[in-house]
Amino acid sequence: MTQPDWRGVAAEHEDDLPDRVSLLLRDRSRRLLGSLLRPYKKALIVLMVVVLIENFTRLSVPYLVGQGIDHGIPPIEAGTGSTTLLKIIGVLLVMVVVQAITRQIFLVMSGRIGQDVLLDLRRRMFKHFQRLSPAFHDEYTSGRVISRQTSDIDAIYELLETGFDGLITAVLTLVGTAVILLFLDLKLGLVSLLCFPALWWLTTWFRKQSALAYRRTRETVAVVIVHFVETVNGMRAVQAFRRQDRNQDIFARVNDDYRAANERAFRLVGVFMPGIKIIGNITLGIVLLYGAHRAFDGDITIGTLTAFLLYLRQFFDPMQDVSQFYNTFQSASAALEKLSGVLEEEQSVPEPQQPTPLPDAEGALSFQGTAFSYVPGRPILPGLNIDIAAGETIALVGTTGAGKTTLAKLVARFYDPDEGRLTLDGIDLRLLSEEDLRRSIVMVTQENYLFNGSVADNIRFGKPTATRDEIVAAAKAIGAHDFIIALPDGYDTDVANRGGRLSAGQRQLVAFARAFLADPAVLILDEATSSLDVPSERLVQRALRTILARRTAIIIAHRLSTVEIADRILVMEHGEIVEDGTPADLIESGSGRFSDLHEAWLASLA
Amino acid sequence: MPSSPIDDPGTLEDPTTVRRPAGVHSIWRLRQYMRPYRRSLAIMGGSALVGVFVSLSIPLVTKQMIDGPIAHHQVGPILPLGLLALALGITEAGLILVRRWVQARAVLGFETAVRDDLYRHMQNLPMEFHGRWQSGQLLSRITMDLSALRRFMGFGLLFLIINIIQLLLVTLLLLKLFWPLGLVVALSAVPIIWLSKRFESRYVVVSRGVQDQQGDVATAVEEAAIGYRVIKSFGRRAYSQANFHDKTQTLYETSMEKVRLSARFWTFLEVIPNISLVVVLLLGALGVGHHQLTLGTLVAFITLMLSLIWPIESLGVILAMAQEAMTAADRVLDIFDTRSSIVGGEVGLAYASGHLRFEHVDFHYPDSEELVLQDVNLDIRPGETVAIVGATGSGKTSLTALVPRLYDATAGRVTIDGVDTRDLTLASLRSLVATAFEDATLFSMSARENVTLGRPDASEEDIRSAIETAQAGFVYDLPWGLDTRIGEQGMSLSGGQRQRLALARAVLASPRILVLDDTLSALDVHTEALVERALQQVLAETTSIVVAHRASTVMLADRVALLSGSTITHVGKHHDLLATVPAYRELLAADADSEADLDGHRAGVMQR
Repeated sequence: MTQPDWRGVAAEHEDDLPDRVSLLLRDRSRRLLGSLLRPYKKALIVLMVVVLIENFTRLSVPYLVGQGIDHGIPPIEAGTGSTTLLKIIGVLLVMVVVQAITRQIFLVMSGRIGQDVLLDLRRRMFKHFQRLSPAFHDEYTSGRVISRQTSDIDAIYELLETGFDGLITAVLTLVGTAVILLFLDLKLGLVSLLCFPALWWLTTWFRKQSALAYRRTRETVAVVIVHFVETVNGMRAVQAFRRQDRNQDIFARVNDDYRAANERAFRLVGVFMPGIKIIGNITLGIVLLYGAHRAFDGDITIGTLTAFLLYLRQFFDPMQDVSQFYNTFQSASAALEKLSGVLEEEQSVPEPQQPTPLPDAEGALSFQGTAFSYVPGRPILPGLNIDIAAGETIALVGTTGAGKTTLAKLVARFYDPDEGRLTLDGIDLRLLSEEDLRRSIVMVTQENYLFNGSVADNIRFGKPTATRDEIVAAAKAIGAHDFIIALPDGYDTDVANRGGRLSAGQRQLVAFARAFLADPAVLILDEATSSLDVPSERLVQRALRTILARRTAIIIAHRLSTVEIADRILVMEHGEIVEDGTPADLIESGSGRFSDLHEAWLASLA
Repeated sequence: MPSSPIDDPGTLEDPTTVRRPAGVHSIWRLRQYMRPYRRSLAIMGGSALVGVFVSLSIPLVTKQMIDGPIAHHQVGPILPLGLLALALGITEAGLILVRRWVQARAVLGFETAVRDDLYRHMQNLPMEFHGRWQSGQLLSRITMDLSALRRFMGFGLLFLIINIIQLLLVTLLLLKLFWPLGLVVALSAVPIIWLSKRFESRYVVVSRGVQDQQGDVATAVEEAAIGYRVIKSFGRRAYSQANFHDKTQTLYETSMEKVRLSARFWTFLEVIPNISLVVVLLLGALGVGHHQLTLGTLVAFITLMLSLIWPIESLGVILAMAQEAMTAADRVLDIFDTRSSIVGGEVGLAYASGHLRFEHVDFHYPDSEELVLQDVNLDIRPGETVAIVGATGSGKTSLTALVPRLYDATAGRVTIDGVDTRDLTLASLRSLVATAFEDATLFSMSARENVTLGRPDASEEDIRSAIETAQAGFVYDLPWGLDTRIGEQGMSLSGGQRQRLALARAVLASPRILVLDDTLSALDVHTEALVERALQQVLAETTSIVVAHRASTVMLADRVALLSGSTITHVGKHHDLLATVPAYRELLAADADSEADLDGHRAGVMQR
């Protein structure tokens, strides 16, 4: 095996494609930006005015210093008093104060708008991800969902926090200074503006190069992070299989890739910054040389020359920040691109505009020609017709891939049927509000995610208004009470740290209690008892007899004993129902698949 | 806390994390990583220092220009002085180029070396450590803390020194040029430094608050993403949104406080030099008017004064950077100072028959006194397969974790061929033992890399046969076959597929002792039956411990050990235990739970 291919090959996701070098945002990003900023239209106008005043006052300082030297000093030398100087000083003082005030206003205001936008964006993303269908989440994976809402939002935060202010100041300084220089003295101004082409060239070069370099650093650091986090989370396997040396090799390599990428980026800055400096210093030198000549000839005053030197200093300083800013801007625009892509994602299981109310469901389900496929042309369910009466307990039996779980997911409306209908109490599921639907139908699967918090909190998730007594009653009903009170803090035991303390079976019991507390009209159990040991499962089964008595239930299980409590058994094969009847009927028929199974089972008991 | 002795005689420190106050001391302890770059550091320091002198001399040339040729109408010196200014300017930029170029290699080399070592150290810390530390905590150390250190080493430290030198130098120069004005400037530094100190301490508090709350928001995001299906199933969208709303609101408020705080600070930072500029202009102009200083001096003075703004302003930032770096160094040392409580011994067993014994073994987790295992005795003969049966939470997994020393027994001992596992080198022990875990850990790497985890040099033939044993042939059907990336960043696999890969991984390691920790739980019964059939041959030659829930799995074993009340109460044949031990019957009896799974028996009838 050759070393470099340890990562293996994977399909690129559109959102993971390297971000483009272009500064221009795509339409959708611009739309997103527009909709985020729209509420702040007025505030932004005020902000523009404030920023103009601030920069005007800031740029006036060197001019006033020059004026002070040229017009303030001669009267004093001539002994005619210092009124002119004091006047100029007065104006200067006013400018300094106004600048401070406007600066303060600008920083707070732009900070507030930034934070407002960020808050809005965070909430929009969160809400949108929650609304998107399970189909989307299946494909997009939780890792991407998380990184969209963390690192991408952080990139935008970074831009708002550090880059924004710097860019505005740099641009206004650039333009403002150029104007003032020309106004102060046209010839000297033109000479100093000779540096513009050089600056432009240097900045363009840097922008292009750094786009590539920074992209490379982001890519390489992502690999370092993934490798690191997976090593830490998989430490048990790493140590048990003496993986350390190979891991160290791989890590050293990805770490060095990151170093090399960083070094390239650093060196670009290492050329850019002194580059700006050298252009600035040469300009300064030329201005000094030429300015001195002109002052010598009496064409300009010393005050003007001083103002020039001061302006040039102000001129080049913000340029240095541009390198920092560009990196932030680039990550932020790539992030915005990804976020806007997600936000434009349509709901594949849309909620109805005008839902049919169903405050108190009975639990009658009906499949009417219901067809479904994940991939067009490969139907999982070719067309089901089943009626399930309210209160009936159904066991779904069939091989892996027969479509049992798919059927369950349709009932939970994780997906919508491609053809036909699926109704609850005669109402198409597509017409029910999310609230009514979820209150009526609850699905418990093998995947028993527990949230941060106590055991009680996790059970309460089934019914946020539940009292402690209700929670305990639910746990007792399921047979989880005994193990819970044996935990260090009983019901208040924290399940955090990757659910460390609870075994898979215990987590399943908690998930069960949660579903029981939710008290839905229709309960779907998809392999919900697979991690339980036999005694716990027996307890759950005993509980199920009472729990399921008043409600419709669909149970998918491998074990025959679980199936026994069903009123009716549906045997599935290739997405179709091949047998349908009470357990007794199916066994009696003596020739069906279920009956074969049952016989085999009886034989094993002997 | 772990009570196992520390084998390394060189360490007297507590094996767990030791908290010390952040200090320069912490950074100093990392100096060895800078050692290869001593020359680079010298060049960086030298060029920065020379750069200060050069940049300070430019305004002095300006002064000469104004006071000399312009004031006295001499055309001669204009050109040489102008060229001198140009030369100085180019030199200054050149020095920056040299410094940055050298710095890139040195500080990145430092950062990379520390990260490599941290990773190495961390990989060898025991599970006890990893159970205690969240991965995010470790990650922030190898990313954020190391960048903080890198920034300080390459920039902060250098400019802390350079800026102070520049400050002193310029102030001296200003005092020499015209002392009353120099005094004004020197005095104006006082409020700035005072303000910076005050700001820094408050800023640290607020920005730490922002960081923590960002963490809270990230946790909420993570939970909602991973628990999405549960939230969806129970229709708790509004609830999780409300929770997210609260957290983002708190973050918003703290962030605004940070905005206001830094707005005020940066404004003040700009106002003070401006005010002193006004004062200098006023006094300076009056001074020139009364012939106490020349015009050239005033211009030079003002330019020099402006060159002070940056060093003073940045002093606050650099001090914060230094503080940050010290904390970072401290956090990094937290890891380096944690000694492994599980250290290998001296004995290397080249060959072992695989005779595994538990002798009076007690075990409890480090953060609890409650014994999970108590006085466990079990003797597994070479080549024998023993099933461990016990109720949920009875300590089966803990028992199996003791064999490869993921944890150490707190009393008693585990031996292989009569040698205490603690006397074996870790490499030797862990090549003798391989475990297939219930929740298979997959890495975002190729399927091949995942399977060959314990044996990177396995031949294609070995891989194929291990995959066959584990019934994991599906990997060949992945888009790029064995080269397909799986795990979080690649193809996602079902629980059953993951378990089969984990099994293949364990089988491929061809250990003397194989531990199967409920490895087949997520398989459908048809596949399980196939795996069991294939496994029988492997188990026949290997000493094995099989954690089992189902009778079918127990059938793989020669003997069964019943784990109950933290200890092994019965050992015997499945049928004997079934007949004589009620507790065992309770757990595995056929009349309570049919093992005649529907799929399993259908398996014979249907084709794949």
